[in-house]
Amino acid sequence: MSEADTKLHPGLNLGPSHGEAHEEAEVVLFGFWVFLMSDLITFGLVFATFATMLSPMSIAGGPGPAEVIDLTSIAMQTTLLLLSTMTFGFASIAMKYEDGRGRIALWLAVTALLGAGFVALEVKDFIHMASIGAAPSRSGYLSALWSLVGLHGLHVTVGIVFVGVMIAQIFALGLTNQVKSRLLRLALYWHFLDIVWVGIMSGVFLAGALSA
Amino acid sequence: MNATKNDRDDLARQRAHDTRLYIVGFVLAVALTVPPFILAFTGILPRGASLVLVGIAALVQIVVHMRFFLHVDLSRQKREDLQLILFTVLLLALMGGGTIWILTDLAARMH
Repeated sequence: MSEADTKLHPGLNLGPSHGEAHEEAEVVLFGFWVFLMSDLITFGLVFATFATMLSPMSIAGGPGPAEVIDLTSIAMQTTLLLLSTMTFGFASIAMKYEDGRGRIALWLAVTALLGAGFVALEVKDFIHMASIGAAPSRSGYLSALWSLVGLHGLHVTVGIVFVGVMIAQIFALGLTNQVKSRLLRLALYWHFLDIVWVGIMSGVFLAGALSA
Repeated sequence: MNATKNDRDDLARQRAHDTRLYIVGFVLAVALTVPPFILAFTGILPRGASLVLVGIAALVQIVVHMRFFLHVDLSRQKREDLQLILFTVLLLALMGGGTIWILTDLAARMH
């Protein structure tokens, strides 16, 4: 059987050796894709709002891109998130090839730590912004920036919590069909957030630094 | 006996293939991230050109993530997922593009 025949949905497939868990995944994962795409609309519209808040009028004499963007921190955050998306891939592979709970949990823990590092740096940036008077209430530009970056940070935070929940479930419930299916969906969620970050990193921070 | 050995080889090959996908995706993503950061840090190119390059690198990187991390590709028989993604992009283009168009037009008229 070629790979194309056994591939039921986007994302890493468990494969026929997982029996029902593989076949049941198709419908559930499609549903999860619908959720992800509705989330993409949310992000996209907050992004569009941000794009309308780039004029000098929206900056309103407050701190602009030159004052609020710390590119070094953004580079570090990008590195952490990109590494975490790869380590989640390794967790998925450990699940697909049945390396055992320990190995899956280990890669998930690494993923959560990298994600936590990302959120910590982002919070540090936000605290710095607040301290120089770049609070969200200062201008339309800053409201939009805090909303967009904060929305993504919130998603990553929720993702970290769910990685923790899944590590607990792996040990409490074992690798049941349901646990495997949940892990597949969490993987999609995590990889999706990295795509959103590519947009934010380029559209908000790199473009902002270049325009400053 | 022979069959199980073949199965095991097959599994090892598939595993190597799956692992390679994530690693290639990571390397490509790094290769598409570093140059835009260099442009932004150094400002060696004119602003307009830099912005265009950052935009192109971002779009290509999104496709790379889709292909290598989310495993979305064109080779499937079932296309619902791809259609879902493309339809979402269409909706987003209408709503996001419309928002930007209308509000920048309004802003221009207020000057």
